[in-house]
Amino acid sequence: MKITLFIPCFVERVAPKTGIAMAEVLERLGHEVEYPEKQTCCGQPAFNSGYWKEARSTAEHFLDVFNPAEIIVAPSGSCTAMVKSGFGELFKGTDRETEAAELGGRTHEFSDFLVNILKTVDLGARFPGRVTFHDGCHSLREIGVKTPPRDLLSWVKELELVEMEGADRCCGFGGTFSVKHPDISTAMGKAKCANIAATKADFVVSNDPSCLIQVRSVIERNGLAIKALHLAEVLASR
Amino acid sequence: MTRNAVEFRKSSEKSSLDGKQQGLLAKAVGIYLGKRDSGRKRFRDWEGARRQAEAIKTEALENLDMYLSRFIEKVKERGGTVFCAEDESSARDYIANLAVERGVKSVVKSKSMTTEEIHLNGALENKGIKVLETDLGEFIVQLLGQTPYHIVFPAVHLSKGEVSDLFHEKLGSEKTDDIEGLTMIAREHLRKEYCKADMGISGANFAVAETGMISITENEGNARLTMGLPKIHVAVVGIEKILPRMADLALFLQVLPTMGTGHWMSCYNTLVGGPRAKDEIDGPEEFHVVLLDNGRSKLLADKESREALRCIRCGGCLNVCPVYQTVGGHSYGTVYPGPIGAVLTPLLRGLKQWGHLSYASSLCEACTEICPVRIGLHKRLLSNRRNYADKYGPLAEKLGFKVFAFVSRRPLLWRMAGALASAGQFLYPLVGWFPGNPVKGWTKGRTLPHITWKSFRNMWADRGGKSI
Repeated sequence: MKITLFIPCFVERVAPKTGIAMAEVLERLGHEVEYPEKQTCCGQPAFNSGYWKEARSTAEHFLDVFNPAEIIVAPSGSCTAMVKSGFGELFKGTDRETEAAELGGRTHEFSDFLVNILKTVDLGARFPGRVTFHDGCHSLREIGVKTPPRDLLSWVKELELVEMEGADRCCGFGGTFSVKHPDISTAMGKAKCANIAATKADFVVSNDPSCLIQVRSVIERNGLAIKALHLAEVLASR
Repeated sequence: MTRNAVEFRKSSEKSSLDGKQQGLLAKAVGIYLGKRDSGRKRFRDWEGARRQAEAIKTEALENLDMYLSRFIEKVKERGGTVFCAEDESSARDYIANLAVERGVKSVVKSKSMTTEEIHLNGALENKGIKVLETDLGEFIVQLLGQTPYHIVFPAVHLSKGEVSDLFHEKLGSEKTDDIEGLTMIAREHLRKEYCKADMGISGANFAVAETGMISITENEGNARLTMGLPKIHVAVVGIEKILPRMADLALFLQVLPTMGTGHWMSCYNTLVGGPRAKDEIDGPEEFHVVLLDNGRSKLLADKESREALRCIRCGGCLNVCPVYQTVGGHSYGTVYPGPIGAVLTPLLRGLKQWGHLSYASSLCEACTEICPVRIGLHKRLLSNRRNYADKYGPLAEKLGFKVFAFVSRRPLLWRMAGALASAGQFLYPLVGWFPGNPVKGWTKGRTLPHITWKSFRNMWADRGGKSI
C-alpha cells in the first residue's frame, strides 16, 4: 500500500523522531511510504482561535498538497480530527466542501490505521518498562480511538501496561489555550501528571504529540522521573 | 480586554492554585460520576434516550411560538396569570411590583437559576421584602452572601465543617459534622418561614404546553412547600423550558436526574397547573408565570447556535469539565458557569462582554460527549470564538494569524521560519521578558519545548526516504 505521511508542524520541529518512528513501523509492514515536502500545517491553531478565514487559507494549501494521496496517515489524533471534522466546518458551503470531506475520509490516525485498516496488532516490538497510556481528547472524542493504542501496546514484549485514573481526562494543552490561559492549563497538566505518577509508570505514552509536549513540560519542570513518549516510538523499538 | 475578561483572568489564575477547593470538587464529582454511570446503565439505550431528548427539545424550539401560545392559553384557562418578560428588568419589576401591591413582607424561594439570572433577590430586598432561599445549598450560599457555585449543587465548594461553622454563627446552632444533623438545623429554621411567607417564588424545569403546567424536580420537598403554602406563587420560566406534551415528561423526568444528580428519579416531581380551584382545599390563591425571554428569542433566530437553547440545566457538563473543576464556579463571574455558561453567556448577554469565556476551554469535548440533549458544546465554543475574533479579536493576534496563514501557504518560508525558531530559541531568555510575549505564560509552570535544528524533513532525507 502506498502511504502518504502527514507530519504535523510540531512533529516536524519538536518531535521529528516520532515521525521517523511512524514511518519505520509502516515500512516494516511492507508499505511504501512517501513524504510530501510542501506540507506545512493543517490550520488548527487558527481554527481553534476563531480565525477561520486564515485557517481556511492554510487548509486550502493542505488540500492542494494532499489531494493526490490515496491514504494519509498522521501520528496525531488531534491533527487527524482537524482534517476529518474541522475541515467540514471550514469548507461548509464552499466549492471545496466535497473535496475536503473525501480527503478527510482518506486521512487516518496512526494507531487507528494499524488496527482498523491494516488489521495488525503484533508489530514484533520490544519495550521493557511500565507504561501508562494517555488518551488525546481529539483522538478519543472526535474520531473515537480508544482501544487501538492499548491493543497495540498489549502486544509489545516486556511492556507492562497500567491504566491511570482519568486516562481520558484532558492534559490541559488545548493549543492556544495553553498560552491564553497558562495558569488553568498548567493546573490541568499538573493534575494529569499526578495521575500518571500515581501509577508508578516509567513511561507515559500517547498517540498525540501535542499532549506529550504539555505533559513533558510539566514533568520536566517538576522533576518527575517519568518519560513521555509517542506510541510510534514504542512500537518501533526492538 | 474588557473588565469582565480581566476579572476572569485574575480569579481563574487564583483558583487554579486552590488545591483545597479543587479537592472538595473532585470528591463530590467522584461520587456523582459513580451514581450517574449506574443511572445511565438503567436505560436500555442511553444514546437513544439522548437522541429522543434532542428531538423533542428541537421540535419544541422549532415551533416555540405555537407551543408558547398553547401554554399561555392553558394557564389562563385555569385562572393563572402570565407575564411575558422581554428582559431581566421587566421580569424583576413585574414581580417586585406585584409583591408591593399585595403587601408582601416575606418571600420564600425554591431553587431557580432563572431568578439568579434576573437578580431577583436584590430587587425584592430593595423594596424592604425579606427573601429566603429554601433549597439547602442555596440557603447556605445565601447565608454566606454568595451566588450559587454550580447549577445543581450550589454549595458544592464548601465542606461540612464550614457549613457547621456558618450555621453556628448565623443560626446559633450547635456545631456538628453530621450531614443529617446539619440538614435538620436548616429544616427547623426553614419550616417556620414557609408558614409566614406571603409569596413563594420558584423556577421550572419544564413547562408543558399541552396542559399549561410547570414541572418541578427536587429532592428536598422545599419546592412543594414554597409553591403550595404562601398565598401567591410566582414561577419564573425561561421560554426555552417548553415541552410540547405531557408524555414527554416520561423521558425528561428520568434523563434530568440521571445527569443532574445521578439519581434514577428525583424524590419529588411536581406539576403545578394554577391557583387553588373552587373545590380544592389548599394551594395558592394566585398563580403567576413570568415567561422570560432575556435574549433567548434573539438566540433562537441564530440558526447555527440555537441548539444551545435545548439545555435543560442538568449541570452534567460542569461535572466533566476539567476547566470548571480547576477554576470552580465563581471564577466565571456569571450565573451559568462551566461549558454551558461559556457557550450561553456570550450568546445571551453579548459577545463583546462575555466572549472571552468561550476561550476558557481546552476543547476536550468531554461536555459534548455527555450532554443529554446533545448540544455540540465545543462546536458552539468554536463558533463563538469565530464571531468574537471577527469583531473583537486583538490586533496583535489578528496580525499574527494573518502572518501564519501567509507563511503556511509558502513551504519555503515555512521551513525558514522553523529554522529561525530553532536557531533563535537560545536567545529566548534574553527577550522573553518583553511585555505581551505570548510564551511567557507557558514558562511559568512548564519548561519550554526544544525546537530541534534537524527537522523531520532533514532526518527523512538523511535516511533516504522518498519525498514527493
